[in-house]
Amino acid sequence: MMPQICAENGLAREDIVFVSGIGCSSRFPYYMNTYGFHTIHGRAPTVALGLKIARPDLQVWVITGDGDGLSIGGNHLIHTLRRNLDVKILLFNNRIYGLTKGQYSPTSEFGKRTKSSPLGVIAQPVNPLSLACASRATFIARTIDKDTKHLQEVLLRAARHRGSAFVEIYQNCNIFNDFAFDHLTDRKVRNERLLYLEHGRPLTFGADAEKVIVTTGRGATSHFGVATRSEAIEEDIVVHDEATGNDAYTYALSGIDHPEFPVPMGVLRALEGPTYEEQLAGQIEEVQRRKGPGSLETLMHSGEVWTVD
Amino acid sequence: MNPAAPGNTGYQSLENVIIRFAGDSGDGVQLTGSLFTQDSAVMGNDISTLPDFPAEIRAPAGTLPGVSSFQLNFSSRDVHTPGDRPQVLVALNPAALHVHLADLVPGGLVILNEDAFTPAGFKKAGIDTDPREDGSLAGFSVHGLPITALTLEAVKPTGLGKKQAERCKNMLTLGVVCWLYDRDCDVIETLIDSRFGSANAELAAANKLALQAGFGYADTIRLMPHRYRVEKASLAPGKYRRITGNSAAAMGFVAASQLSGRPLIYASYPITPASDILHELARLRHFGVLAGQCEDEISAMGAAIGAAFGGALGLTATSGPGVCLKSEALNLAVMTELPVVVVDVQRGGPSTGLPTKTEQADLLQAMFGRNGESPLAIVAPQSPADCFDMAVEAFRIAIKYMTPVFYLSDGYLGNGPEPWRIPDLDTLTPIDVNFATDPAAFMPYLRDPETLARPWAIPGTPGLEHRIGGLEKADGSGAVSYDPLNHENMVRLRAEKIERIADDIPELEVLGPQAGELLVLGWGSTYGAIRTAVEDLQQEGASVASAHLRYLNPLPRNLGAVLDRFDKILVPEMNSGQLRLLLRARFLKDIAGQNKIQGQPFKTSEISERVRSMLSPGSTRRARA
Repeated sequence: MMPQICAENGLAREDIVFVSGIGCSSRFPYYMNTYGFHTIHGRAPTVALGLKIARPDLQVWVITGDGDGLSIGGNHLIHTLRRNLDVKILLFNNRIYGLTKGQYSPTSEFGKRTKSSPLGVIAQPVNPLSLACASRATFIARTIDKDTKHLQEVLLRAARHRGSAFVEIYQNCNIFNDFAFDHLTDRKVRNERLLYLEHGRPLTFGADAEKVIVTTGRGATSHFGVATRSEAIEEDIVVHDEATGNDAYTYALSGIDHPEFPVPMGVLRALEGPTYEEQLAGQIEEVQRRKGPGSLETLMHSGEVWTVD
Repeated sequence: MNPAAPGNTGYQSLENVIIRFAGDSGDGVQLTGSLFTQDSAVMGNDISTLPDFPAEIRAPAGTLPGVSSFQLNFSSRDVHTPGDRPQVLVALNPAALHVHLADLVPGGLVILNEDAFTPAGFKKAGIDTDPREDGSLAGFSVHGLPITALTLEAVKPTGLGKKQAERCKNMLTLGVVCWLYDRDCDVIETLIDSRFGSANAELAAANKLALQAGFGYADTIRLMPHRYRVEKASLAPGKYRRITGNSAAAMGFVAASQLSGRPLIYASYPITPASDILHELARLRHFGVLAGQCEDEISAMGAAIGAAFGGALGLTATSGPGVCLKSEALNLAVMTELPVVVVDVQRGGPSTGLPTKTEQADLLQAMFGRNGESPLAIVAPQSPADCFDMAVEAFRIAIKYMTPVFYLSDGYLGNGPEPWRIPDLDTLTPIDVNFATDPAAFMPYLRDPETLARPWAIPGTPGLEHRIGGLEKADGSGAVSYDPLNHENMVRLRAEKIERIADDIPELEVLGPQAGELLVLGWGSTYGAIRTAVEDLQQEGASVASAHLRYLNPLPRNLGAVLDRFDKILVPEMNSGQLRLLLRARFLKDIAGQNKIQGQPFKTSEISERVRSMLSPGSTRRARA
């Protein structure tokens, strides 16, 4: 799938780099015939930072997982997103540590029993999309491994986005967390439990799209609810806006979850904004316009210089 | 103003003078010191300075913690240290006298601002009795001058308010000192004008009036029966400026970028005492320097690696605690064999330790502080000026050998200003960069037969697409390999690559007799103290030599032979004996250590005393070779 996406973007494979951390997800670069860097646990965004600053001409993908990107590397994820560095971050979320054979991860459900939590996890799971929103990411999306068509659409959107693109991919782990998302993707319940987002369209779900997400209350007291289309007042029905700069909307949308709500799938946010490397180049251009290109000779001779004959 | 004709005051010639200016941190002591330093430099003296100001937060005026000082050693011969103990102390208030008097040499000269020696002044300094009357100053040559009153009188024509007028008293003091050392005020007047600029012409005028008044006063009262002269030193001709190690390093890295034609990407996280490198480089965006502050030390290391992977010069700087955080990522650079440079401006440890104090205790961390067998190159500048040269050298080695390079500076080098003969950029050797481009014979871990460096194959090059990472590599192909023999081979290859750098660095130079009773061997910022101590002893005829290691891994090829030529070896270090440990293990020699772990640099006298104690009684044995 990735070669197609890269090809559709008109990129030669030598101009693409996949940077990964450590974990099952991070084997990814070995499956590609582009340039690749399999770095260390959690630190792929840091290597991507230096690479992208050095080489804005490259398309850089960061491949991470729920442990790599949200636990050991959580700090780097936050800061990469807020910089709006032009990298595409794919976070494969299987809600478990697979490579180390089955410990709980930052996205494991509360109470989940694993090898390292035999009596159940006693911390709340991180919501990756909410974290991305709080980190002021300009592109936030979610998709799922089993729905390859949707996966491809979302990755294509991410590839085309200018700036940090954050994509959470629900990923089954057939060894250590099998059926992790079957409660959402099972054919019988899929329509009820997944909320496919389309920009400018009402948030609808259900077998016949008969249910809607509504907003109740106004201003600070507003929150989302579920109603049937026939019962809902038209102006209460939430119309998806991926281009809004309103953090409150995106944050609220990122937070709705099973079982109270269907789970959002697709592009939650896609904002235009200057990238980190563009701004860096802009600063250089601006200061060179004012001061001229720096002269090391002049710099070395600055301050109080004296001559010995 | 011209210096007064000799008249009834004669001149006494001195080889060097160590003078310390001390006052409240609001008294402009640092400015006074640096102006007199500049004047001494222009007069042709060799100079070395030690500015010492209170910790970050300003203490109340007049108190002991608020005292700021500036020591200058100006000399007619080469100097390498600011000197151990001043011969002259200028004290602008009782607190300054109290803090610094103990350092003054017996019989030393004290110049006091008498106007500050009041009961209120004593109270602020927490002193019960007047030191001028309680015997504290016995044995010194004391000159109390009404400096505040003279200053107010002198700057009256400018119409400045009392508070601002009083702030010129440092210049009055400087005028007195100029008279004492037979200095013209012209150079300092020019410096005052350039410091204050036309926008503050009034202040500049007031400062100049105070300066002239001080000179005139000393001349009128014939402060001393004779004045002093320190003749010119024989210095290499050229243009000079003062520079700190951190500034010199920053410029050196920019030079490396220009010499290699590759952009410099500097990623770092603020940490004392390395932050000034970040500040210096952040100002240089118009040079195309991409200096950025990262979210943490790890990110800074990762960004440097990413930059190197992309074909730029990847640089990061930190201090010990930051090195701890960077270690895992630095090991990735060892495994992926990418050219990055890590600057460690060492400070007192362990843990947060003594952030503002100097130490040399990260050598073993640099050598071994990573999992697995993880060799890399280590260089260590020996002086602030050398920080420039070694910055260029660090990247030359990193690129030629495709290896991370540790650059071990320390707080004393980083913050210590010293004269620097500004190098001519045209004389610096370009750094060759040869990116791989030919897909035909390309393998990511195919090594250069001479250097064992792997190719630098950067993304964007068609046909060279490959994957690298932290997993063990198959020799040549670079594919992930768990093969036992391959692993052993790769561990040996990585070590051999670093060892071969020894063929490409200068041999260790011995100063003094090339063989004999004792060699004092150092590294890093102890250079000045060691060299001065050893030169002094050589003048007394002792069979002692000094040598300084600027390359710590690999060590210079001739080091073993040098060690064999001396009966005894002494290694002074600001740690418990880290270089000594390495040398003993490598050369199986009984090497003595002199170890000072006080967050303070060595005094020359400490080293001379130790050397004396190691020399055979009455040793004036001459060099054997």
